[in-house]
Formats: sequence, structure tokens, C-alpha cells
Amino acid sequence: MIEPTILSRPTYGTLEPRPGRAHLLIADDAGSAAIVDLFARAPADFHESATILSVTKDLSGDEAAALHRLSPATLTACPDMPAMLNTLAGLLAEAGMGVQIYLAGTEPLIGQAMRVVIEAGIDHSAIATEHRGSLARRVQCVHCKGFMDEVTTQPVTCAHCGLSLFVRDHYSRRLAAFQGVCINAEDQSEIVPAEEVFR
Amino acid sequence: MTITFRTETFRDDFTFRNSPAGIRRFPFPFHEDGYMYSVNIEPHRPGAPGSVFEHGFDVDEHYVAEMADRALVLAEDPLRCQALPHMDLASWDYLELVMTTKARDYPELFTLETDGDRWHWTNRPLGIDDRFTFGVTSTLPCPPLEYIGRQTQGDHCLLDQRDNNLWMDAGMVTTQADWSLDFDIGMNFFEWHAPVPLAHEMGVFQRAIKFLTSIPQGQPSRRLNWTLTVNPRLDTSPENYPKWGPDKLTVTPDTIGEKMHLRVELQTFWRLPRSNALVFPIRCYLLRFDDLVTIPKWARRMHRVIRDLPPELVTYKGMSRYHPMLVEWLAAHDDGAPTSPGIFPD
Repeated sequence: MIEPTILSRPTYGTLEPRPGRAHLLIADDAGSAAIVDLFARAPADFHESATILSVTKDLSGDEAAALHRLSPATLTACPDMPAMLNTLAGLLAEAGMGVQIYLAGTEPLIGQAMRVVIEAGIDHSAIATEHRGSLARRVQCVHCKGFMDEVTTQPVTCAHCGLSLFVRDHYSRRLAAFQGVCINAEDQSEIVPAEEVFR
Repeated sequence: MTITFRTETFRDDFTFRNSPAGIRRFPFPFHEDGYMYSVNIEPHRPGAPGSVFEHGFDVDEHYVAEMADRALVLAEDPLRCQALPHMDLASWDYLELVMTTKARDYPELFTLETDGDRWHWTNRPLGIDDRFTFGVTSTLPCPPLEYIGRQTQGDHCLLDQRDNNLWMDAGMVTTQADWSLDFDIGMNFFEWHAPVPLAHEMGVFQRAIKFLTSIPQGQPSRRLNWTLTVNPRLDTSPENYPKWGPDKLTVTPDTIGEKMHLRVELQTFWRLPRSNALVFPIRCYLLRFDDLVTIPKWARRMHRVIRDLPPELVTYKGMSRYHPMLVEWLAAHDDGAPTSPGIFPD
């Protein structure tokens, strides 16, 4: 469970079925179990109006199979995040009024999908989220503006400019990223050892 | 009134200085011998002649040099000026506010002639003479917020108002005390203030948002905020922290007087007429400690404020590395005499 820290740091809930004519569910491998749990609590005909979009490391893996067993009206699996986000934008362009959005999985998945959904003009009240899986963070280096996915250490070395970055809790929904700020800018001879903290 | 604009720099050789008159008009931010957060907002009414509060947008001896420094920042990092698409109208609102106010308050420096939508703007200190159609961005050399931001001291944030909240949806930010417009753009009031310690728990932001969202047109408000900066550097952005962070290591008892600067933000809040947005100019004033202690009241008070600052604020204001040294240096300029109320010199 992600605890609230500062007010820009997002927190997440538990997916519950909502009334609506159409349901768009987005998950990564970690989030697929949350979709399965949601279906278990949903009305029997929920699957008939459900579209599931997943990003998975293994298109023929257990998580993909579990989503397939839910028999959604549409099931699309993508092999990486950019492909999923493109597909999501396409689905949203076709979506009707009142579509309910469910995002489940790691924070990079929720954050990046959320950005596409908001840009499509969906009201935030129609979006539900549930965090599952690792606490790995997507981080933007405030100095070179490069992004890193799946950051697990504090501090982290910027993959682009090489500075040692303190990963703040300060989070931008527009960038779907936490802010990384040089941890030893005042005295670069101070080396702060990295610890694995976002697991 | 004639202003002699200084030729000076805010980087590299740091030739910035305040004239004797500039020192006396500095907006010293402490009205008593201690500091804690408060919603210290007051009406932005015209103040004493010669003070920084005399006019809505203060123009001082640093104007031309500050605009040159801004141009250097923007040349390296164009994202310091951004406006989300829905903020175009608010940007024009702001351009109008600045042009009409400055042309009224400083007729020898600025002239605005309007004929319906056809406007003619003259900015003599910067050598600008432009004709454009109000509301039509293609008739300006750059978008309206950037255009007026390049001609107005201080940072400028345009805050959209919706859902009983304020949203940082546009800005020109090159003289900031360590926050990033590029990261914070699109955030609401509570989100962009999220990293500030203590104040949330004290309810400061809850009270402030109630006040700010009800500011009416024609009744601007103001507050002062402060921090310390090593060297008279305007661009203390997080983006460039690796450039200015090492300055902190150069602070020694022998260099404090010359290098340490009290950095004060005169923050004002104005309702804009067409967009109903708020504009939030954040004007930065710098005063080096050697100059500060020439005003006995300020010398005494500065010592007492810095000495008694809560540890969280020592950290947040970035002075952990040299706080004890500062207190010791300032103590030598405090004879223990009582100070008079208010911010102005005796």
C-alpha cells in the first residue's frame, strides 16, 4: 500500500465495478490480478461491455491467459508501453460518453495511461486506479530532462547526464514522473551510496 | 523621476550592486524579530513614493540588466516560458495589465497608444517600438506571455481558476528560488506547494487559497517571501542546481558579507478581466549582507530571525551548510538594542 507523503504524490484506491455502459480496463502484468479481482465482484454481464488493454512482457504468459479467461468483449495485449499508449489513445478517440476507466498495475503504467486518458478529455471522476506490483518509479531528471523508467534505487544515477539524483516524492501528472534532483550538487565529491528502496 | 539603469551581471563575475538609494528601498521582509509562516497578505495599494510599493509593477535600476539575464536563461532553456493552450487569453490579459500600468506609472519610460485593437507599444529602456493587433499572437514577435515577460522584472505565473482551486497553467520563470515551472506546470495550488514543510499542517495553504480565489478585479494583493542566495544570482533554478550549488562551499566568515544575499520576493496577485485567471508576479530583490548591515535595524533583526529559525526552515531554505557561521557573523552586527515595529529603516 502506498502511503500518502506530500500532496503532489498520488495515492491509489481499489477497483470496484461502477455503473456504466462501457468499461475500459488497462493493466500491466502486475495489475492483471486486480482486473481479475474486479471481475469477481462485478455483475455477471460486466464482461460484455468490457474492453481490456494490457501491456505484458509475455503475450502468451499466465497474466495474458488470466485476462483472456474473463471473456471481455475486446481484449488487446501490447508488448510494450508505447504500443499500449498508442492503442489507448485510439480506443479513447472511439469511446462513447460515460465510459468508465480502470487503471491497474505499477505507477509508471497508471501514470502514463492516466495522462493519455486526461488528454482525451475524460473527467477524472470517471477514472479509478489500483496499485499492484513493484514501487519502481518513473523519474525525470530536472537537469537534463531525460526520463528513466523502473527506477528502484535512492539515489539513482541519471542514465542520460550521469548526475546522482535524489528521487523526490514531488510528482507531475502531466509528465507522469517523479522529480530527480542532483543529490550532491553542492559538493560533488560527496558520494551517496545507492540503496534499493523502490521495490 | 529618472532611473539610471546599471550595467551589471547576475552570473560569472557577479557585478550586481545596489546603489545607496537601492539599499534603502529594499523590501526587508521581517516586520518583527522572528519569522514563521503566515498568510501575510495585504492589499497591493500604492505605497510611499520611492518605495518598491509605489507602483503596481516596480521598475528599478536593475531593470535592463535583469532583462538581459532573462534572455540568457531563455536562450539556454526555452521551457522556462510555457503556456498551456487554454492560457492564451490570460496571457493577453496580462500583457494589457503590464502595458497600461507601466505606461501610466512611468510615462518617461513606456508609452502605449491604442486605437481599438491596434496597439503601439514603446519601451524606451529596452529600445522596443512595436505595433500589433491586441489578441492576435501572429502580430507579435513571440507569444504574448513571453513578449511581456521579457520586458517585466520578476517571474510571472498565470493561474487558471477552476474547481475552487488555482492551476499553474502558464509562466515565465527565470529568477526562481529553486522550483521548476517545467515540472510544476499544470499542477494545482496544493500540488505545486507540496514540498514546502510545516505550512500544510499549519493550514496556511487552505487559508491562502480561500483568499486568493476571491481576489476581485482591480484590488490586487501582495506578500513578501524570502530566502538566502550565495552570490547575486537570479537563476537559482533546480535545472541549474549543479551550477549554483557549489557556490555554497565558498561561504566562509570572511566572504559572508560579500557573497551572502537576502533574497526577497515581492509576490503580487491580480485578477485578470477576460480570462478570470490570476496573475502572480514574483519579483526578486537581492541585498548583500555587507549592505544589509548598514541599516542598524535590519542588522539587529536579521540576526535574531536567522538565529531563531526553526530547523525545518533552515533546511528548506538551503542554509544547513552554513547556518551556524551566519548566526555568528550576524551576531557581531547586533548590539542587542530593541527594534521598531515594521519593515522600514528607522
